[in-house]
Amino acid sequence: MTAQTEVPAELGQARLRKEDARLITGQTNWTDNIRLPGMLHMAFLRSPYAHAKITRVDVSAALQLPGVVAAYSGADFADEQGSLPCAWPVTPDIVMPAHPAMAVDEVRYVGEAVAVVIARDRYVAADALAVIDADYQPLPPVLDIREALNESSPKVHEAGNKSFEWTFANGDLDAAFRDAPVVLERNYRQQRLIPAAMEPRSVVCSGVGGEYTLWSSTQIPHVLRFLLAAITGIGEQNLRVIAPDVGGGFGSKLQVTAEEELALLITRKLGRPVKWTESRSEGNMTVHHGRDQWQRIRIAADTDGRIRGLAVDLLADMGAYLMLVTPGVPLLGAFMFPAIYKMDAYSFRCTGVFTTKMPTDAYRGAGRPEATFAIERIMDELATELGVDPLEVRERNWIKHEEFPYTTICGLTYDSGNYEAATAKAKELFGYDELRREQAERNARGDSVRLGIGVSTFTEMCGLAPSRVLGSLAYGAGGWEHASIRMLPTGKVEVVTGSSAHGQGHETAWSQIVADQLGVPFEDIRVLHGDTQVSPKGMDTYGSRSLAVGGMALVSACDKVIEKAKIIASALLEAPPEDVDFSGGVFRSRSGAGASKTIQEIALATFAAHNLPDGVEPSLDSDATYDPDNFSFPHGTHLCATEVDTQTGMVTIRSYVAVDDVGKVVNPLIVEGQVHGGLAQGIAQALYEEAVYDDAGNLVTTTLADYLVPSAADLPSYVTSRTESPAANRLGVKGVGEAGTIASTPAVVNAIVDALRPFGIRDIVMPCTPERVWRAIQTAQGEAQKGAPQSGAQEGNGAA
Amino acid sequence: MIPAKFDYIRPGSLEAAVRALADGGDDAKIIAGGQSLLPLLRLRLAYPELLVDIGGLPELRGVTIAGDCLLIGARTTHYQLVHDPLIAEHCGLLAQAASTVADPAVRHRGTLGGSLVHGDPAGDLPAVALALDVTLIARGPGGEREIAARDFFVDYLTTALDPAEILTGIRVPTLGPGWGYRYEKFHRTAQAWATVGVAALVRRSNGTVAEARIGLTNMGPVPVRAAAAERAAAGAQASRDALHAAAASADEGTEPPADLHGAPDYRRHLARVLTGRALAAAAGV
Amino acid sequence: MTQINVTVDGVSYVDEVEPRLLLVHYLREVVGKTGTPIGCDTSNCGACTVLMDGVSVKSCSVLAVQAEGAEITTIEGLANGEWHPLQRAFHEEHALQCGYCTPGMILAAADLLRENPHPTSQEIREGLEGNLCRCTGYENIVRAVRRAAETGVSQ
Repeated sequence: MTAQTEVPAELGQARLRKEDARLITGQTNWTDNIRLPGMLHMAFLRSPYAHAKITRVDVSAALQLPGVVAAYSGADFADEQGSLPCAWPVTPDIVMPAHPAMAVDEVRYVGEAVAVVIARDRYVAADALAVIDADYQPLPPVLDIREALNESSPKVHEAGNKSFEWTFANGDLDAAFRDAPVVLERNYRQQRLIPAAMEPRSVVCSGVGGEYTLWSSTQIPHVLRFLLAAITGIGEQNLRVIAPDVGGGFGSKLQVTAEEELALLITRKLGRPVKWTESRSEGNMTVHHGRDQWQRIRIAADTDGRIRGLAVDLLADMGAYLMLVTPGVPLLGAFMFPAIYKMDAYSFRCTGVFTTKMPTDAYRGAGRPEATFAIERIMDELATELGVDPLEVRERNWIKHEEFPYTTICGLTYDSGNYEAATAKAKELFGYDELRREQAERNARGDSVRLGIGVSTFTEMCGLAPSRVLGSLAYGAGGWEHASIRMLPTGKVEVVTGSSAHGQGHETAWSQIVADQLGVPFEDIRVLHGDTQVSPKGMDTYGSRSLAVGGMALVSACDKVIEKAKIIASALLEAPPEDVDFSGGVFRSRSGAGASKTIQEIALATFAAHNLPDGVEPSLDSDATYDPDNFSFPHGTHLCATEVDTQTGMVTIRSYVAVDDVGKVVNPLIVEGQVHGGLAQGIAQALYEEAVYDDAGNLVTTTLADYLVPSAADLPSYVTSRTESPAANRLGVKGVGEAGTIASTPAVVNAIVDALRPFGIRDIVMPCTPERVWRAIQTAQGEAQKGAPQSGAQEGNGAA
Repeated sequence: MIPAKFDYIRPGSLEAAVRALADGGDDAKIIAGGQSLLPLLRLRLAYPELLVDIGGLPELRGVTIAGDCLLIGARTTHYQLVHDPLIAEHCGLLAQAASTVADPAVRHRGTLGGSLVHGDPAGDLPAVALALDVTLIARGPGGEREIAARDFFVDYLTTALDPAEILTGIRVPTLGPGWGYRYEKFHRTAQAWATVGVAALVRRSNGTVAEARIGLTNMGPVPVRAAAAERAAAGAQASRDALHAAAASADEGTEPPADLHGAPDYRRHLARVLTGRALAAAAGV
Repeated sequence: MTQINVTVDGVSYVDEVEPRLLLVHYLREVVGKTGTPIGCDTSNCGACTVLMDGVSVKSCSVLAVQAEGAEITTIEGLANGEWHPLQRAFHEEHALQCGYCTPGMILAAADLLRENPHPTSQEIREGLEGNLCRCTGYENIVRAVRRAAETGVSQ
């Protein structure tokens, strides 16, 4: 009998990543690296106007330049380009205007494509753009969604500026607010953001005989294939989409873009392979933007701070067109405003409004950061109103650990959670009580640099998503994920996943999961993804879904492999299947006196197929498509300490503690890395980033010199820790990709406001630039001098 | 992203460079480190027809001491400014300010001369040059010319150099004993341009300030000396309170711009606060 | 066209290039060193960082003609039979996710450690101010550079 060494479980192992070798040695496969014989370069001429009729596009001068092969305007594609898709018509009467990939008659945002040149190299293409003659008849821009709903406003589209109104309500809101001892109303501004993944978008397309291959820096190769086929009429079976190495997405590459569609149409037209790679300024203008909401929040509470009801009214800026999930993004937050709190009534209304700006769409958190920001900000307001510690007022309202699973006022059933444990741990790591004491001392002294402490106790709904729920929300696709497992004759394993990583380390984490399930060594597993010819089925990666949904698909596929292998093993072991156990990669017969077969031996035996029972296929290959029955609900408590220099308005983060509960953890390195990255983006929204348009509708923040993505020098070190409340799925895993971003923005802003409350300040509009902080202090001090009531409330107006 | 076409010449001597620049006329431009020029070329905000590359000219490098002055070659990089022992000893303000420019990679290429000739009031070194009262030395077809810093920065991105002149170096009066300095740069992120910057030099005489010089970054179309605050600081007690009080007039005579990072009134306020801080630091209090 | 002589990762090249050709495009498309990526157009992101004559430069802000006679090291030339200590440290500290900023970040870090072999965490953060990462939040990058410093990196 062979002694079996205990193989430690991969779950929870800080495995170093398989992906790293090629990335740290520069042996990378970015889309822009691709060079095909005869490949040409595309460059787009883009509208300099936010709103205009196109009166003339003359490409003749471009065609004269040596090296220019072709040049087209929108008219050349008018009949074949159709409309870029929106997969989420959130209401039956939604206004969803046609969205041509290249503008034909009218442009509606600065940067909208009006012409394209195809040339031998990118330098010639750039020169050709400069000599295209385009004339426009400017129309009035529409830039403020609050004004866009007025009758007198210019119209972005003929059908009007309102795209949809979506409501949800539960409980008796009137009763909740009637006679409520405490009623607060606040207005918050979620500024427009630019996702700014480090890799600029790039597309390469080639096609021979009606069979096309499209490489794109995309998060969604499968969805892209399906939708491009649908729009262009190219048979889906004749379109192969490949996401090679992708340098970050954060939702910005969850899109079906004009450039992808046009690359396909141009390859078809010219019969030559083409490449397009954007510049950063092009991307800042034309990669979909994030957030952009005006929020009106009302909360009703008892004198002890118990929440009675919450009413949310949002105006959401769609931009000029509805792109892939544009109208649905604010709705993803609809169920998250109540967050971790119990309440008797809730109502939500969102109005989607068009402007002559770049369309908005998913950006890390997609609707949930907006919701979490609003509720966590107003909870601090409630605490101040009651004179209660902000953590205390939250604890009075949150779902107790013993109450899980808990169905919220929105009808979501939170699987598990432990807000008490996460908060206790966070407070300890942060030194909460000591910092409050220090704060009191410094406030009493009237120091010019003030300490602020910000709290954010968040949950989020991720692991998108149960397909039935998506259907009930009118989302066009499902939320399942696919995996297939192949055991090779030599006992090695190929895993094919429908997930599409762009930095998340799936090759490593999926190897860990399969290693545990099949009992094979981590090193023996190869994970394949991103190419629709290799991974034929999937719903791709976004919404912190890959582990909770894609990981579970792996588990289901492994179950089937083991089932098949068990039948063959039992034949080889000459024992009935009921008497055969599988553990640690080995099949053992309970009765057979130590007889055993490894799964590798079964794989080889299956390949040889010499001794298989009748009717058994010579294959262990299995696949599974997993549709989750619920979202997953990670949560956490984040605490932030800021130092605010009241003389200059400068804010520095002195310390940041994040205690997150993402259920069971497959790879703690990857989880911690996702939290770190999420924190950086959430902090950046609070302090640094805003996509700014001027009065003519030009994007001012076109470069990284003006759109301030922070460097290491601009961010603090983070202290992270975890609690573990397993999810309801077999792996016990929840998503983590967006949690850090969702939690951190309100933690930082709450800290800044906390520092400035002694001045009577209740809000600073994001980003909390030094100027805005300084101005808030001036205004509050001015009102104090005048003897006016110290409201200090800053109505968000988007002005710098 | 892609520059427009231009011709290129890399002369082997300063005379050849001057000739090439003169022959090239208005559409010829010098390139040294290229850290200011390349982004302009790539965004197609500049369309020179000829670039004259002075990158190989040894006569434009080097830091030497000549009497009571330092001679600094125009091609001296920010990195060299930070690390040169003569600069550290005799005009440390220049080293300290250079260390705040952009980031290490940019500092390896960007030059003192390039920064000064680019003439961006939001750049750090022009205000420093103004505070140090440097003399700029130019060579043109007519020979060598000296221009005082206070006459050099004429308008936004415009200096007193003729189109056919090349800045060859600067002469900096050395700072003797009693002088302290501080470049106070206020910016939203580490890479960001100064919202406002203050270059302060203070000469102490026991417990008072004998002389103060203050150059302001990004408070107008050109770098400016905060003359009123300089006058207020002279004779003031070398204490934080007194110097902050003297700084109250730091924004007099300035025309601060309005942009994403600050409105004029905020910049004025910053100039006052930062000048107080810079004076105090320079005075060692 | 101008002729340039450049050494890249130890191999010398002679090429005729347009004066406006950016060094990063020369490396990627003429020499074929696609390991060096491009991330922006204003020299802010640092993804294109290479070593030129021993010091870090942003190759998007250098013309290929300005690299005449220079020795360039890209990420592809950093390993010497085995991984450079910084490459190893980035791997061991999970200091990369998508990997796009990584070549520039590693080369900037190499330059930092050449300058300052034992930097504090704050000095590391400041030394990397010219390199943007959107994935990692920098925490592990700082850990990796400290780790590499501890193993005694000399460029």
